[in-house]
Amino acid sequence: MKKFYAFVQKEFYHIFRDTRTMMILFALPIALVVIFGYALNNDFKNIPIGILNQSKGQTSEKLIHRIIGSGYFVVEQTLEKPQDIPKAFKSGKVKLVIFFPTNFQQDLYHAKKAQVQLIADASDINTAINTTSYLSGIIGDFNTENGRENSASIQVSTRMIFNQRLLSVYLFIPGVIALILLIISALLTSVTLAREKETGTLELLSISPISPYMIIIGKVIPYLILSLLNSFLIILLGIFVFGLPMVGSVALLILACFVYTVASLSLGILISTRVETQQAAMFASLVSLMMPTMLLSGFIFPIESLPLPLQLISNIIPATHFIILIKSIMIKGAGITLIWKPFSILIAMTAVFILVSIQSLKRNK
Amino acid sequence: METVVKVNQLTKKFGSFIATNAISFEVKKGEIFGFLGANGAGKTTAMRMLSGLLTPTSGEASVAGFDVATQAELVKQNIGYMSQKFSLYEDLTIQENIDFYGGIYGLSRQEIKDRSKGIVSKFQLESVIHKLVKTIPLGWKQKLAFALALIHKPKVVFLDEPTGGVDPITRRQFWDLIYEAANDGVTIFITTHYMDEAEYCDRVSIMVDGLIKALGTPSELKTSFQVDSMDAVFQLLARGTANKI
Repeated sequence: MKKFYAFVQKEFYHIFRDTRTMMILFALPIALVVIFGYALNNDFKNIPIGILNQSKGQTSEKLIHRIIGSGYFVVEQTLEKPQDIPKAFKSGKVKLVIFFPTNFQQDLYHAKKAQVQLIADASDINTAINTTSYLSGIIGDFNTENGRENSASIQVSTRMIFNQRLLSVYLFIPGVIALILLIISALLTSVTLAREKETGTLELLSISPISPYMIIIGKVIPYLILSLLNSFLIILLGIFVFGLPMVGSVALLILACFVYTVASLSLGILISTRVETQQAAMFASLVSLMMPTMLLSGFIFPIESLPLPLQLISNIIPATHFIILIKSIMIKGAGITLIWKPFSILIAMTAVFILVSIQSLKRNK
Repeated sequence: METVVKVNQLTKKFGSFIATNAISFEVKKGEIFGFLGANGAGKTTAMRMLSGLLTPTSGEASVAGFDVATQAELVKQNIGYMSQKFSLYEDLTIQENIDFYGGIYGLSRQEIKDRSKGIVSKFQLESVIHKLVKTIPLGWKQKLAFALALIHKPKVVFLDEPTGGVDPITRRQFWDLIYEAANDGVTIFITTHYMDEAEYCDRVSIMVDGLIKALGTPSELKTSFQVDSMDAVFQLLARGTANKI
């Protein structure tokens, strides 16, 4: 135990004295949260829209008032005829046009349903998707309110399930946690082990009476502690700065972070058993872990929108399951009975990574 | 004199390649044993087996009275190691390096304190004890690494090209430390590429292609090969006929 303590203490010295490591540990998470939170966040306010109202009735006027009243949209332009629509988009003044056709009011009275057309500028796909769903939501509300007076409705097909305003926060906070934990656990661990290989100190350690398992556990414990601290930092930022809800159990959340961190650490060890230099370790972590996590875990692109082969790959990325866990626990308040599946997948993955690492270590003997 | 290293028909195969081919020798307590050979001759493999890092394919060896194959942990507790590939932690201070090595060899806090005091006064490190290792000169680092290899009072210390890259004066000082340790009864097992250093050893073995081709005191070897320097002995054996043409 004394040997182990000496080892862990040495690891902390390495971490606290390396500026790069410290930056990754403390500056990167905050930078990522802020970047994703403010810069990439589809901040939904004052979206410029155009209105083309050929209907002469009250309903369309009421609906327009309602839309402006929501605070999300600003009427930038009032159009006269459908031919003006392309021009409005080309000038870039509006992101979306709401088109009430001439027979809107009549349809609503006689056919009991009427079409309103939402035309969105799809070159900015995120805004297009978000504005149309917001508007659908508003129109849907409008329908229910007026539905009591007369059974007429305005046709809308899309709707959002969760609180629309916070959509991007929901997506990015779990993603950032997944990414940060991966960087700290897998990248830093593989680099620190590779560094001992490079400088020859690993040779010295292996000749000393400290066992190889102790070396590895001693290596990962500081990173495990720091990773968990970091995930709480990000979650707190998410809750207090970006208004992320915390509905579920804190204990489950901690457990999820712990399991995912151990999975990442074992990946880091696996990488370091296969590489000889720090650069190789860094490259392997970036290409084989960070890129897939960024692109295929559902962090940036929704998994459903990926082509099938990539969807299959996303299933073998630990972050995919971790993001599901975090979202289920924090936002939906899911208990263990609902999320045992991603949990068991993560645990099974960890077991496989550890077994393969042990095999690789033994082969070197 | 007590025999500290006993090697009998020690063999290591990697697939069909025989790195070390049935080598046998013995080393006595306090002896300085030179282990020479060209790169790839099997020196490193032999050293790794003797330090419990590699399991022999066949044959046996004991170090400090423990079998390297079955009692590797006890062997490790009783040997020290230092390599040319510099082995202190550069981002730790001298004191922290001492504490760390003392710690992983399981020394008590008091033992670490006493021995670190000894090291500091012996090398006059008082002024730099709290400086990071990367800021001190290479010669000092190497002496310190040697002192750390001895911190747990091992019976045998393996020195793998310990003097690579240092100036002749520092090398001479380093050899003084080696003699001092040997006089204290520590067995020194050293590899080197400097043939003048081979002359300083009590006995020398020369490995070629996995076999020990020569073994004896430097003067015995020079006599039997009828040359006047260890360098010439080495050239004759390691380079073979290529040199004679």
